[in-house]
Amino acid sequence: MCGLLLAGNCFAADERAIIVGSKNFTEGIVLGEIIRLLAASTGATVVHRQALGGTRLVFNALVSGEIDIYAEYTGTLTHEIFAQNKPASNAELRDLLAESGLVMSQPLGFRDNFALGMREPVAERLNIRRISDLRAHPDLVFRFGTEFTERGDGWPGLRSHYGLPQQDVLGVEHDLAYRGLAAGDVDLTDLYTTDAEIAYYSLRTLEDDLSYFPPYEALLLYRAELAQERPEVFAAILGMQGLIDEAQMIAMNSRVKLDGVQEALVAADFLNESLGIEVVAKSSSRIERFWRYTRQHIALVAISLCAAILIAVPLGIAAARWRRLGHVILGVVGIAQTIPALALLVFMIPLFGIGAGPAIIALFIYSLLPIVRNTYTGLTTIPTPLLESAEALGLPSGARLRLVEAPLAAVSILGGIKTAAVINIGAATLGALIGAGGYGQPILAGIRLDDVGLILEGAVPAAGLAIMVQLLFEWCERAIVPRGLRVSTRT
Amino acid sequence: MLELNQVSKSYSGVCALERCDLSIASGQTTVLIGPSGCGKSTILRLIIGLQMPDEGSIHFGGQRLEPARLSDLRQRMGYVIQDGGLFPHLSARDNAALMARHLGWSDERIATRINELAELTHFPTDALDRYPLQLSGGQQQRISLIRALMLDPEVLLLDEPLGALDPMIRRDLQADLREIFTSLGKTVLMVTHDLGEAAFFGDTIVLLRDGEIVQQGAMKQLLREPADDFVRRFIQAQRSPLEAMETNR
Repeated sequence: MCGLLLAGNCFAADERAIIVGSKNFTEGIVLGEIIRLLAASTGATVVHRQALGGTRLVFNALVSGEIDIYAEYTGTLTHEIFAQNKPASNAELRDLLAESGLVMSQPLGFRDNFALGMREPVAERLNIRRISDLRAHPDLVFRFGTEFTERGDGWPGLRSHYGLPQQDVLGVEHDLAYRGLAAGDVDLTDLYTTDAEIAYYSLRTLEDDLSYFPPYEALLLYRAELAQERPEVFAAILGMQGLIDEAQMIAMNSRVKLDGVQEALVAADFLNESLGIEVVAKSSSRIERFWRYTRQHIALVAISLCAAILIAVPLGIAAARWRRLGHVILGVVGIAQTIPALALLVFMIPLFGIGAGPAIIALFIYSLLPIVRNTYTGLTTIPTPLLESAEALGLPSGARLRLVEAPLAAVSILGGIKTAAVINIGAATLGALIGAGGYGQPILAGIRLDDVGLILEGAVPAAGLAIMVQLLFEWCERAIVPRGLRVSTRT
Repeated sequence: MLELNQVSKSYSGVCALERCDLSIASGQTTVLIGPSGCGKSTILRLIIGLQMPDEGSIHFGGQRLEPARLSDLRQRMGYVIQDGGLFPHLSARDNAALMARHLGWSDERIATRINELAELTHFPTDALDRYPLQLSGGQQQRISLIRALMLDPEVLLLDEPLGALDPMIRRDLQADLREIFTSLGKTVLMVTHDLGEAAFFGDTIVLLRDGEIVQQGAMKQLLREPADDFVRRFIQAQRSPLEAMETNR
C-alpha cells in the first residue's frame, strides 16, 4: 500500500487529472465526492465536475472521455441507457459497456429504487397502499421529476403497466415536487428509496405489486483505459464496492439535504468512519465560493462578449453597407436569438461537449443580435446630408467609416453592447446546467437543496454584476461618445 | 472649366435632367435657378459625383469625371449644402481640418489656413472650438464654407447655402459671400430658388425647368428678353410684393 501510494505520488505530477462526474442530484454528488476523496488519497490529481445534468448527458460525457468515472444504477443501465438492447444479465450488460470502452464495478452495497410516494395522511384517507390502488382515484395530481416523466423506465411504462388513468401529470424539478407534496398541491411523486425526504415529510411508499420497477443497484461506471493506466488510483476507488448500505446512504443524503452540510464534508466523515481513511475535505467558505463563482461567471461573460463584439460589429457594418447581405445577416442572427438560451446550451452539448467552452459558444451566439442590430441601425440612421458631405470632401470609404460614420453610430453601437452584456450575465447562470460554473451553480444547488440562502448566493451577485456592468457602460459612454453629440444647447 | 455634354439623369423613372449641355466659365459665378424639382441641385450632385449621369459626360478641367478619379477631383472642388452638413461630433475647427488632416497636412499648416479663412469669412476665432450644435445658423454656414475652401479648390459648389437662414443674417452673409467670391476669383456654381439672390451673385444665370435649360445669360438679358412665357412668369412671380404695391400706387 505504501509503495502504491509512493508510486502514485511520483506519477501524479506528469499524469493528467482524473475527472469525476456526477448527475444533478444529491446522492450522485455525495458518491462523486467519495470517489474524489478516495482517488485523491493516492496522491492523484482529481477534479469533480458536480451535477453535470441528467443520465444521458453524464453517460455520454463518460463515453466521450470528458469524465472518467461516475456513480450509476443497474436499473438505469438496463431500462434507460440500454433499453433497446434489453440486456438480460449482468454479463450482457458488461459486454455492452465494453463496446464503449467502459467498465462497471461491483455493487456499492445499497439499492436506490424508484418508488411512488404520497403523504401518509392522504394515502390513509384514500386507502392507497399499492400502486394498483391508484386506478380508483383518477383525479389525483401527479408531479414527477423531469427525468422520470421521460425515461423509458419511468412514467410512460408505469402508466401502461398498471393502466393508470390520471391526467394531471407534469414533470417538474424533483425537489420542487417534494415541496408541492408538503404544501398539499401535489398528491403523488416519484421517490428514490434512499431519499432523506421520505422520513422527513412522512411519506408512504406504495408497494410495486405488479413488480414494474427493476432493482437499482448502485455501482461505479468508469473508462477501462484509465483503469489500466492508473491501477493504484482505481484500486483505492474500488474500495467503495460493498461499502455503503442503505441506511448509511439515507443518513448521508439526509445530512446534506436536511442539515445543510456540504457534500464534501459528508463524504469525508463517511470515509473516516468506515475505512479509517484520514481525509481532509476542504470546506469552502462563503467568501471563497463567491470569488470562485465570480471568476467563473465573469470569464464566461467577458470571453463570449468580447468575441461577439469582434464578430458582430463588422457584421453590422457589412449589413449596413450591403443592404441585401444585411437582410440575410439580420435574419440569421435574429433566428439565433429566438432559440431559448436553455435550448441553445443543450444544443451545444453534442457539438462541443460540456463545460465552460460550449457555454461560452452559446453565450457568444446569444450576444450577436443586439450588437449587430444596433451597429446596423446606428449606421443606417445617420442623416444623408452628413454621409454626402463626407463623400463630397473626397474622403475614401474607409476613412469615412472611421472618422465620420463610426463616431456618429457610437451611441447606438455601445447601447447594443450594453444590452448584450446584461442579457449575457443573466443567460450565463444557465451555464451551470452543463457544468460551466458561475453564479448558476449555487442557484441550481439551492433549488436542489431547498436552500434559499444558496439561491441568493448566486442570484444577488448576478443581479449586482448586471447593475455594475450597466454603470460601467454609462461611464464608457461618457468617455467614448464624442462630446459634440452630447451638447444640445446653443451658447 | 466645367463641361456637361448631353447629360441625362432620372431617379426611379422620373426624369431630373434631360440631355443637358452646360459650360461653366472659369473665374465666374454662375447661378442655377428654377422652380423646385427643375434639376438644379442634380447638376451640382452630378459634378461632385454623389450621383453618376445615366447618359452623357461631365468634364472638369479637361478630365472626364469617372468613379476612379472622383476622390482626387473632389479635392479640387468645395461643396456647401443648405444646412451646412457639419459633422456634429467634431468641433468647428476639426470639421474644417478633417480632409487636410487625412491628407497629412502638418498641424501648423492647418492652423494657419483655418485662421486665414476664418478672417476671410468673418468667423470668430474663439468659436472655432465649439461644436456645430453650439453655433448659430450663420456661423454654421461660414464654417461649412471654410471647410469647402480648406484645400483651396478651383471650383466652389454651393447648394442653397443661405436657404435656411433668417433674412437679417442672410443679408450679412450674402454681402460677405460676394466679397469672398470677388477676392478669391474662383469659379463658383451656386443653386438658389431666389431671383434676387441670383441677380446679386450671378455673372451668368441659368434658368431651368423640368430638367431642361430654358434660358442662360446675364440677369439683364433675362429681364429684357425673356426666352418664353415661362421665363416671364417666373420673373414676375418673384418680383417683391412690396415692389408691386409701390408701382400700383
